[in-house]
Amino acid sequence: MTTRSFSSVDTGEALPPLDIETTAALVVGGALASRDYTPVHHDRAAAQAQGLPDVFMNILTTNGLVGRYVTDWAGPDAVVTGVKVKLGGPNMPGDTLKIRGKVVAADDGRVDVEVTGENSWGNHVTATVTVALPGA
Amino acid sequence: MLSAEKKKELEEAIYAFVGKPIGPPFTGRDVVNEPMIRQWCDAMGETSPNYLDAVAAEKSPHGGIVAPPMMLQAWVMQGWEMHEGYDEPKNEEHRLHKLLTDAGYEGVLGTDTEQSFSRYLRLGDAVTADTVIEHISEEKATGAGVGYFITTRATFTDQNGAELGWMTFRVLKFIPNQPQQAASDDDGAAQPAKPARIKPPMGHDNSWWWQACTDGKIQIQRCGGCEKLRHPPRPMCGACGSMEWDAVESSGRGTLHTYTVIHYPQFPGYEFPIIAALVDLEEGVRMMSSISGCDYEKVEIGMPLQGVIHEDEDGFALPIFRPREDSQ
Ligand SMILES: [Zn+2]
Repeated sequence: MTTRSFSSVDTGEALPPLDIETTAALVVGGALASRDYTPVHHDRAAAQAQGLPDVFMNILTTNGLVGRYVTDWAGPDAVVTGVKVKLGGPNMPGDTLKIRGKVVAADDGRVDVEVTGENSWGNHVTATVTVALPGA
Repeated sequence: MLSAEKKKELEEAIYAFVGKPIGPPFTGRDVVNEPMIRQWCDAMGETSPNYLDAVAAEKSPHGGIVAPPMMLQAWVMQGWEMHEGYDEPKNEEHRLHKLLTDAGYEGVLGTDTEQSFSRYLRLGDAVTADTVIEHISEEKATGAGVGYFITTRATFTDQNGAELGWMTFRVLKFIPNQPQQAASDDDGAAQPAKPARIKPPMGHDNSWWWQACTDGKIQIQRCGGCEKLRHPPRPMCGACGSMEWDAVESSGRGTLHTYTVIHYPQFPGYEFPIIAALVDLEEGVRMMSSISGCDYEKVEIGMPLQGVIHEDEDGFALPIFRPREDSQ
């Protein structure tokens, strides 16, 4: 695992795609790992009472996957300094979350990566993650 | 719907929450620790040695194990008690939500969030969150229903009072306008129900027009008094005041009066971008619709269009327009 140097990154670079199979283990495990016991994230009956067919991923898990996606590309010593997230439709077990990203800005040692996550409902998440890279 | 008076009362009550902390600062029950980090990394598929491997992390710029930055809020989540829900409000944010819920704004939907990290968290850090209700919008109409956007801002500090970062979070508290149907589930593996287009309101004065679409026709209402054509359907002629009417079928031939391209927000049930169009039909009325079968970059005001009835997967039918060759 090596960390990208700032000088090696250009605006427009596409990150390798990542498809995540959404399982009940991921939805429930992610919610509990983030200490989010809101019933709609682990109890199908509670999710159905809100009009959705199944438990759905909590925002912390979505953010966690987005963060992992960017640092998997940037490398372990990249430092995430901020993230802006727009939330879309739900992500539920049985669906595939297709995560894509590209570099939209590179300035003064910091890189902005725009990340989208889509599933069969359409857009689940759109995010801009800012990482500081060595070698500016 | 609320009466104007009740609404004024509600808005006075909710806007009084702006600027209030949701409660006293909350310190997470556990300091930053390896088991919780490992559990997070397992779920997220994180493999970075800086989170998981003490020996490797020592050589990193952090000098030891750190927590994944996106975990920041997890250190101050309430945890187990959340499963009981908050029918009995426990803080000012719950009280604000309950006021709205009791007034019919029952839905809640996270819309966006922003976080900034001042430094990565190290083992033993104790995280405290101080959360304030920062902003409440005026009432807005959205795809999910009418409601208010509520923004909270949490500031995170460590055991020395130094800032670790902040987070804003915006939710829509709304009156649901279209409960989604839960998919039936016979084998225990529910399939997400495919979202569909938001249906227009249909009543006595316009449902005949939508029924005609289902029958494959684009209709135009015609005055029974003066024969003037009008669209969209309405009970009275604006020219002569007659309430008598019948309808004629449109050829669907028209030209583009104006348009806009909608890229965002992307509601489920639609294909984006949407080319929303106002079309002048050759019969002389103007119709709100959309254009398909054409790259939005190639759309031009004045272009010839042909209207056709499009049927959604759920059977809902509506006119859409395609580019028309002049020779047609
Ligand atoms: Zn008339």
